Amino acid sequence: MIAVNHLSKIYKTDSVETMALSDVSFNIKKGEFVAIMGPSGSGKSTLMHILGALDLPTSGSYTLDGDNVSNLSEDELADIRNKKIGFVFQAFNLLPRTTALKNVQLPMIYAGIKKEDRIKLAEKYLTLVGLADRMEHTSSQLSGGQQQRVAIARSLVMNPSIILADEPTGNIATTQAEEIMEIFEHLNDEGHTIIMITHEQDIAEHAKRIITIRDGKIVGDIKNGKRRNLKS
Amino acid sequence: MDLQEIISEALSTLTLNKMRTGLAVLGIIIGIGSVIALISLGQGSQKSIENSIQSLGANLLTVIPGGTSSGGIRTAVGTATTLTLSDARVIEEELTDTTVAQVSPEYSARSQVTAGRNNTNTNIVGVEPQYAQIRKIDVSSGTFISEIDLKGLAKVAVLGPTAASDLFGEGIDPTDQSIRVQGQSMRVVGVTVSKGGSGFNNPDDSIYVPLSTAQKQLFGDSSLTSIAVEAKSQDVMTQAQDEIGYLLLEMHKLKDPTSADFSIFSQNDILSTASQVTGTFTALLGGIAAISLLVGGIGIMNIMLVTVTERTREIGLRKALGAKKKIIISQFLIEAIFLTFTGGMVGMVIGIGTSYALSNFFSLPFAISVQSIALAIGVSGAIGILFGWYPARKAASLQPIEALRYE
Repeated sequence: MIAVNHLSKIYKTDSVETMALSDVSFNIKKGEFVAIMGPSGSGKSTLMHILGALDLPTSGSYTLDGDNVSNLSEDELADIRNKKIGFVFQAFNLLPRTTALKNVQLPMIYAGIKKEDRIKLAEKYLTLVGLADRMEHTSSQLSGGQQQRVAIARSLVMNPSIILADEPTGNIATTQAEEIMEIFEHLNDEGHTIIMITHEQDIAEHAKRIITIRDGKIVGDIKNGKRRNLKS
Repeated sequence: MDLQEIISEALSTLTLNKMRTGLAVLGIIIGIGSVIALISLGQGSQKSIENSIQSLGANLLTVIPGGTSSGGIRTAVGTATTLTLSDARVIEEELTDTTVAQVSPEYSARSQVTAGRNNTNTNIVGVEPQYAQIRKIDVSSGTFISEIDLKGLAKVAVLGPTAASDLFGEGIDPTDQSIRVQGQSMRVVGVTVSKGGSGFNNPDDSIYVPLSTAQKQLFGDSSLTSIAVEAKSQDVMTQAQDEIGYLLLEMHKLKDPTSADFSIFSQNDILSTASQVTGTFTALLGGIAAISLLVGGIGIMNIMLVTVTERTREIGLRKALGAKKKIIISQFLIEAIFLTFTGGMVGMVIGIGTSYALSNFFSLPFAISVQSIALAIGVSGAIGILFGWYPARKAASLQPIEALRYE
């Protein structure tokens, strides 16, 4: 479903060129749960932005569901982000002073879904992440873990091809982080494709496959067998 | 996503962020309100000046004595006693057919006046009945000096409103009361309408008596202090001025105009000075309007720039969730239009209210023009919308990831 071929990204600031990604290639199939690991500066965030259609590669190709994302216009990219990708950010990125219900509806507003349908879907996914009784709470009235669960509900409402999570547990307490990871595992069991960026080994252990990246190159790509054991 | 959805998204963003919306609206209210109030106050002042000039009388020529040379010493204008009642009569007889409409001989002197225990030092003006028409004096109660008063040397007086309140107290009708001038008792027959003036020859602080009474009974002086002549029209002012000049030179047996023992002031002279004043005022007004528009505009620009810039991350998020650039710009544009419109309406009401209150306080006429409101709202509105739209466009053009990372 995801095909990345010889992907490179070069940042230019003044006269200095920084090679953030250098000739990266891999495939991700439907239903996988992939963790992309690496220290800061390794290029994992750059990779995540390109996979999320938030940024374009300098060279190489990125194909998502048969669309070559590197060739698309800005508006087409917006459509891809809206319909095929669900984002979960480290900083949650919820609208301030806005209720959970309204936050979850936002991608559906841009998709042009009718209000009654929006509310029904938003309620369904907020219930799924365990926030049935917090729908009218605004971001500041929720804990970090609860805010991230709102963000996960938001990433699910458009039924995207992939869920992209960038350090989803980076800003929340350890106990709540475990709850978040359980939600991701549950979603993966239901067939959702999840790509998660992290630098924490124990968080990465929740995934079925771990891609390690260093200095813009893939240095490891292993199946992770521990997950089932962890669950038991 | 249709327009209705964008509007409802814009409005819900505005209502959710009450503090930010309130501050932005306040900035626009102050911007637009101050422009309207300042322009309106300026226009009021201008109107006040124009009214004062109008109230001097139309097509008026004033002949005053003075400028006599005796033994090489030239006396000051207005101090000589060379004008007489017969000068005035001759002007009336000779020139009424051609250029002159009315002639009003006047004698004025300052004197102590008492009424009961009150006393004041004021201007006593000896007049004939036509004085009221030429000088545009109206009577608020009683009557003005009449022809019969004049012929009978009647001891009657008409008080200016300031003189009336000085002598009898505020709000008391002094008609049929008596005052004492130069040791003589005079009966008050009327009070004039206020003309709103100040200074030495304030028409409100004057007492009008029949000319004959002033000359013969009160001051014992047969000369005149001035002759007011109303020309038939604006066009014949210069001609009338010349004709009066030649006539008086002849009457006074003077051959050389440079040795004239009188001066003639045309209202044209006053008007041209006044139009210079109003011209300066109009420039001042334009300056005030321009500065307040600039200050108001910068205020609006600031608040719009700040609110939109602090929302760069929000714009990044909206883009990441699938909002197209056009949609984001539309939303911010609608927000800016709504803020500017609301602020503009409230600002207009507050601006008009402020200028009304201030013009009452400074007793200026209240003037407001549609143009000034249109200018204030047009310029400030355009600035508000421009600076709501421009930074939003800039932020919406960023890569979503750059906008998301914006600090």
